[in-house]
Amino acid sequence: MEQFVCVRGIAAPLMRANIDTDLIIPSREMTSLSKVDYGEKLLAPWRYLPSEAGHRVENPEFVLNQAPFRKAPILVAGANFGSGSSREAAAWAVRQFGFRCVIAPSFGAIFRNNCFHNGVLPVTLAEEDVREIGEAAQTGTLLLTIDLRTCTVKLPSGHQLSFDVPAEERRMLLEGLDAIGLTKKKDGEIRAFQNTDRESRPWIWN
Amino acid sequence: MMNAMAKRPLNIIEKIWGQHVISEMDDGQSLLHIDRVVLHDRAGPRVLMMLEEEGHRVANPSLVYGTMDHIIDTAPGRGDSTLFKGGKAFIQAFRSAAHRGGIRLFDIGDPRQGISHVIAPEQGIALPGSTLVCCDSHTCTVGGIGALAWGIGTSEGEHAVATQTLVRARPRTMRVEFAGHLQPGVFAKDMALALIGRFGATGGAGHVIEFCGPAVRALDIAGRLTLCNMAVEFGAWTGIVGADDVTFEWLKGRPSAPSGPMWDQAVAQWRTLASDPGSHWDAELTLDCSEITPYVTWGTNPGQAMPIDSAVPLGGGSDTEGALTYMDLRGGQPLQGIPVDAAFIGSCTNSRLPDLRVAAQVVKGRKVAPGVTALVVPGSTEVKRAAEAEGLDQIFLDAGFEWRESGCSLCFYAGGDSFDRPGKPARRVITSTNRNFEGRQGPGVRSHLASPATVAASALAGKIVDPRPYLENN
Repeated sequence: MEQFVCVRGIAAPLMRANIDTDLIIPSREMTSLSKVDYGEKLLAPWRYLPSEAGHRVENPEFVLNQAPFRKAPILVAGANFGSGSSREAAAWAVRQFGFRCVIAPSFGAIFRNNCFHNGVLPVTLAEEDVREIGEAAQTGTLLLTIDLRTCTVKLPSGHQLSFDVPAEERRMLLEGLDAIGLTKKKDGEIRAFQNTDRESRPWIWN
Repeated sequence: MMNAMAKRPLNIIEKIWGQHVISEMDDGQSLLHIDRVVLHDRAGPRVLMMLEEEGHRVANPSLVYGTMDHIIDTAPGRGDSTLFKGGKAFIQAFRSAAHRGGIRLFDIGDPRQGISHVIAPEQGIALPGSTLVCCDSHTCTVGGIGALAWGIGTSEGEHAVATQTLVRARPRTMRVEFAGHLQPGVFAKDMALALIGRFGATGGAGHVIEFCGPAVRALDIAGRLTLCNMAVEFGAWTGIVGADDVTFEWLKGRPSAPSGPMWDQAVAQWRTLASDPGSHWDAELTLDCSEITPYVTWGTNPGQAMPIDSAVPLGGGSDTEGALTYMDLRGGQPLQGIPVDAAFIGSCTNSRLPDLRVAAQVVKGRKVAPGVTALVVPGSTEVKRAAEAEGLDQIFLDAGFEWRESGCSLCFYAGGDSFDRPGKPARRVITSTNRNFEGRQGPGVRSHLASPATVAASALAGKIVDPRPYLENN
């Protein structure tokens, strides 16, 4: 798992609610078995103008095609960001575009989990705070500091907003740990559970 | 400890959860046993390839199943080749990785093949009280037979296959009661859309929901699966309907269900999973079913759903304006009468035999409106064969529908198929699926979600219509 400790950088505002995974990465873009090259596919329906297949023409109006935001490490979005499909490619696209953190009032639950596994920190803040940050971010100069050690978002004014992250995910991100490796250390407990379970629920093991 | 536990009434979710906790962690999360993992042809190859690359193995091959649904074509005579760019590589990689991992795969041509969430109950893979995960958000469907089932990403899929566990915090629980009884011509899909339309696409966020009440008890298994299918569109972690005699009767004799004395032992245990009277819920909602009419979505998220006799909302708010613009609708326009270019009956939401029977009842002896593209895609090969044995395929074909092989199909571009078809693009689709997201069924395609009956009637009329007169007069 990619480590996340603290990220400082400008925020890109994308303030519409319900930006779903079909927008973040449409099914037709998921054509490769590999996990790379998803950055250019992020939000393809909005980032590119309708054009002949084979080449992409950027929509200059779209926020992520504008200079200060192309390299923004932080995305600020409307409520229910990443709702919809379980496709992990949505998190790959967000990460590979360059984002390390998404701030929103709420997230699609599966997308949020997928973020943790891909080095992207999903930060949930109150709707009003997100709106204010989103408005301030329009200038392309809003510098935020997201610190997972303290679970805070630090604004340029010095004001800090706290957020919650599940303890296990926080530890994984802070230390860059491998989830499967950690669980495998509990192999004895898992086997003991399964041995008992074979007796109490044999139909599961039939 | 058991005595102390017995004092507190527990709901079904707490009971199933408790039976699967291997260990509690310091931070309140649990290491949870996962009884079944279902893999499909899009996420499955990635999961298994990642597993191999990282030097892990399939921990319990007999608890992992695979099927082809996302990438395969649904055109008759299909093989490994598909319209989906690069699709063949997914299919073949999945097949070989499943073989190497010792996983049962319901491949192209296998009579058990079908959409993951259709075949999991159909084959008896999902059982009441079991935990089941699949790399697809609509895994919640399987809650309809009383399993605790939910969708995960590929990283967690790999974790589940490698360890037979997931690490999760205990979910918040919600009880949604559907009081009263459904009117004729109103279905589980309408219940789900009514719920989401009323409380919004995030109304169930963070919760596992038990659907209960007399209207839920009166649903057949297909209806319960439909209702639970839409739980994720309500923002929920998942949904469940407690197993009862309807479930047991439906499940008995299915290929992977227990048999003989073990069946009786299982049923006895499953009966104990019902929520205790007085159990605690973090949230409770009630909806009166007698007021529910056929529902249709007008916007670009499933919460933008209304009774079919309503008018599209008048602007107000950027979300509504954005949805109206994308959907090319004006505020105040009646839902009924909106012309459609295409109609789709299929998907894990509404592609089971009872869905096809109702649609066929609407369609029988009638014709699809000129210029409308109409398709039926059965949810599984078994559903397809059963429908053909009843002659349903002929009813659809005579009316002008396409009759396809089973798979996810035009729900979302599966198999590379889209309503944005060269030469005959459909701009507006009435669909029995679960997501009306922008571009879901093709670039620029506008989707209206509804029950199979409403989709079938609208295909005949060439516009959105109430299915009830069609059902009454057939």
